[in-house]
Amino acid sequence: MSSFNPDQETAARLAGERRAAESPREYDPEAGDGSLADDPAARAPLVLGNRSYNWVTETVCGYIEKGPGRWWLPVFSVTAGVAGLMPLMILYLVITGVGTWGLNNQVAWAWDITNFVFWIGIGHAGTLISAILCLFKQKWRTSINRAAEAMTIFAVICAATFPGIHVGRAWMAWMLFPIPNANAIWPNFSSPLLWDVFAVSTYGTVSALFWYMGMIPDFATLRDRAALALMNNPTDGPRLPVLGWRLESVRGYVYGVLSLGWRFSTRHWLIYEKAYLMLAGVSTPLVLSVHSIVSFDFAVSILPGWHTTIFPPYFVAGAIFGGFAMVLLLLIPSRLLFPGFRELVTLRHLENMAKIILVTGMMVGFAYAMEFFIAWYSGNQYEADVFLYNRMMPPFFAGPDGRYAPYWWAYWTMIGCNVLSPQVFWLKACRTNPAWIFAVSFLVTIGMWFERFVIIVTSLHRAFLPGEWGMFFPTPVDILTFVGSVGTFLTLYLLFVRFLPQFAMSEIKNVLPQADPHGHHQDPGQNHGGAGMAAHAHSPAPLQSPDAPTGGGQP
Amino acid sequence: MSTPIYRTPDGKDVYGLLAEFASPGAISHAAEKVRDAGYTKWDVYSPFAVHGMDECMGLKRPILPLIVGIVGLVGAGVGFGFQYWVRVYGYQLVHQGKPPEAWQVLVPVAFEIGVLFTAFTCILGMLAFNGLPRWHHPLFSSKRFLKSSDDKFLIAIEAQDPKFDQNRTRELLITAGASAVEWVEDA
Repeated sequence: MSSFNPDQETAARLAGERRAAESPREYDPEAGDGSLADDPAARAPLVLGNRSYNWVTETVCGYIEKGPGRWWLPVFSVTAGVAGLMPLMILYLVITGVGTWGLNNQVAWAWDITNFVFWIGIGHAGTLISAILCLFKQKWRTSINRAAEAMTIFAVICAATFPGIHVGRAWMAWMLFPIPNANAIWPNFSSPLLWDVFAVSTYGTVSALFWYMGMIPDFATLRDRAALALMNNPTDGPRLPVLGWRLESVRGYVYGVLSLGWRFSTRHWLIYEKAYLMLAGVSTPLVLSVHSIVSFDFAVSILPGWHTTIFPPYFVAGAIFGGFAMVLLLLIPSRLLFPGFRELVTLRHLENMAKIILVTGMMVGFAYAMEFFIAWYSGNQYEADVFLYNRMMPPFFAGPDGRYAPYWWAYWTMIGCNVLSPQVFWLKACRTNPAWIFAVSFLVTIGMWFERFVIIVTSLHRAFLPGEWGMFFPTPVDILTFVGSVGTFLTLYLLFVRFLPQFAMSEIKNVLPQADPHGHHQDPGQNHGGAGMAAHAHSPAPLQSPDAPTGGGQP
Repeated sequence: MSTPIYRTPDGKDVYGLLAEFASPGAISHAAEKVRDAGYTKWDVYSPFAVHGMDECMGLKRPILPLIVGIVGLVGAGVGFGFQYWVRVYGYQLVHQGKPPEAWQVLVPVAFEIGVLFTAFTCILGMLAFNGLPRWHHPLFSSKRFLKSSDDKFLIAIEAQDPKFDQNRTRELLITAGASAVEWVEDA
C-alpha cells in the first residue's frame, strides 16, 4: 500500500481520471468485511452487501416472525431462572431487614449502591448513542441505537430496584416522592439523594418514551406485514398452540395497537423527525445531568475519597465507558446468533465503539490519577490516607509501620480492567477483531463494577476515627441479589430480541445509498433475501465515488 | 366537502388515487408536480423520511418546537415553584444553616421536571398534530399501500380535494412517472 496516496487518489477521482472501482483500496485486506476502508475519497458502507430496502425489512422482521432460532428458549430459561433469584432475595431482605446484607455501622452502603451506580451507568451508553450521536449526525448510530436504547431501559430497571430496597423499610419507599401525606411531611429538596430520585425517574421515563417513539414506524411495518399475510392467505396459516388464533392476527392486533396507526405519511414524518430531534436535544443534557447527580450523592458529603469536585465529569465518562462495553457484550453475540446482522453491525461499527472505549477509558484513567494528585497537592492528611492506605497500598509494599489497604486487590482489579485493558485498542488488529473487543468489554464491565465498589466501600470502611474502622464482607444474599439483577437484565434483553425490532428499520433504510433522492444509485431491488443471507456476509461492498454523493455518511 | 363526488360501480365511496413510484428521486419530482398542480389533500408515503420531501410537497414548518419549548420552560418553572413553596412555606427544614429561600439547590430538580415536561410534549404533541392514534384508515385496505412500510414509494390524492378529477388527476400521476395507479375505496 506504499504507493497509495490519499490526496492524489482523491484529486485523480475528482478530476475524473480514475473511477472508484479502480481504487486499490477496494481490495485492501485491511478493509476487513469491507467497512474498514480508510479511503478519504469514499464513504465506507454502513450496510454491507449493497442491500435493498426489502432485505432490511426481511432481516429484521424475519427474526420476530419466525423466531430467533433454537438457542433462544434454552438460554431464556436459564436467564429467567437466574432472574428469579432477584425477587426471592428481595422478599427475604424485606422480611429480614437490611442486616441480612453485609452492611454494618461503618459500611452502610456497599453492594446495593454499587449495583445501583453500576447499572445506571450502563444505561448511559444507550442515550449517548441515540441522542448525542444523533445530534452530531453520526449515521453509523442507526444500526446500534435500538439495541442500545433497549439496554438502557433494562439497566435503569435493574438500577432503580436497589435504592428502593436499600432504604430498609422498603414499604416506605414511596416517601422518596413528594406525595401529600397525612403528616404534611415533604422531602428535603436540598439533598442530592432526592435529586437522584428525580434524575433517575425522569431518565427512565424519557428513555422509555424515546425508545417507544423510535419503534412506532417499525411496529407499523410489522403490522402491515401481518395484515398482508392475512390478506394474501385469509384461511390458512400458523396458529397459537392452545388458543387456536392465527399468529398473523395476533401480531396484527398487538403491533397494530403499538404502532398507534402510523401511516408512513410525509406529513407525519416531518413532525415526527422534529419531535425526535427535540427529544435527542433534551436527552443529551439529561444524560449528563443524571450521572452528575449520582456523583453528587458522594461528592456533596464530607467523606475523604468522596468529597471531590472531579466526580461529575469522571462519573459521566465512566458511565459511557462501562455502557459501551455492555453494548458490545450484547451486540457481538448478536452478530453470531443472527446471521445477517453482520451486514448491519459491521466491523467499522465495532471499531468505532472500541475507539470510544479507548477514549473514555483514558478519561477515567486521568480521573484516577487526578484524584491522587489532588490528595497530595491539597495537603489534606485524611484525603492522602484514603488513597494510599484505604485503596492502593498492597501488603507487600507496606512500610515499616505495616499499614496497607485491605481492599488493595479491588483497587488494582479496577486499574487493570479499566485503564490497562483498553490500551490494546491502540492496535488496529485488536480493535477490529470481535473476539478481542468482547474480551476487553468483559474486563471493562468487571472493572467498572469494581470502580463503584472501590469508591463506596473503601472510602467508608476507614473514615476519620480509627475507632470506627471496620470491614465489609458480602453475604450470599448480597451476591445472589446482584446475580439476579444480571439475570433480569439478560432476560429482558432476550425478550426484546424475540418480540421487538432490534434495528431501527426506517433509519437504516434512510442511510442506504439508494435512499438519497439526489443520488444516481441504482436500487438493487432484485436483491431480495430472507433472514438467512449469511452467505453474503463478507462480500465486499462497492465504494461510492465522490461524484456520486450518497446518504451513507461516515465521519 | 362532506358529500363525496366519486363512487365505484358498486356504489362505494372513493377515497382517492394511489400511485406508485420507483425511487425516492422519482417520487420527489412527482411530488413537486402534484404540489405545483395545486392539490392540497394529498400525501406521500415512504418507508423512511425522504430527505427534502417536505419542500417538494410544500409543507409548512411545524409549530411543535415552539410549543415544546414553552411547555418545557413552564415545566421547569412549575418544578422550581413547587420546591420553593415546600422549602419556604410547606415544610421548612433548617438544613446546613442555609436560608430556605436559597434558589441554587432548586436547580437540579427544576431541570429534571422541565425535561420530563418537554419529553411528554414531544411525543404527545407529535401524535396530536399527526391525528394519531387512529386505528383505521381507508388506505389500509390497499395491498399496495401496505407495502409502503417495506420498500414502496406512494402518492395518494384524496377525492375530497377540490382540484380532484378522475381523469386529469390520474393523468397527472402517470405523466409524473407513476409505475402504477389504483383507486382506493373509502372503507
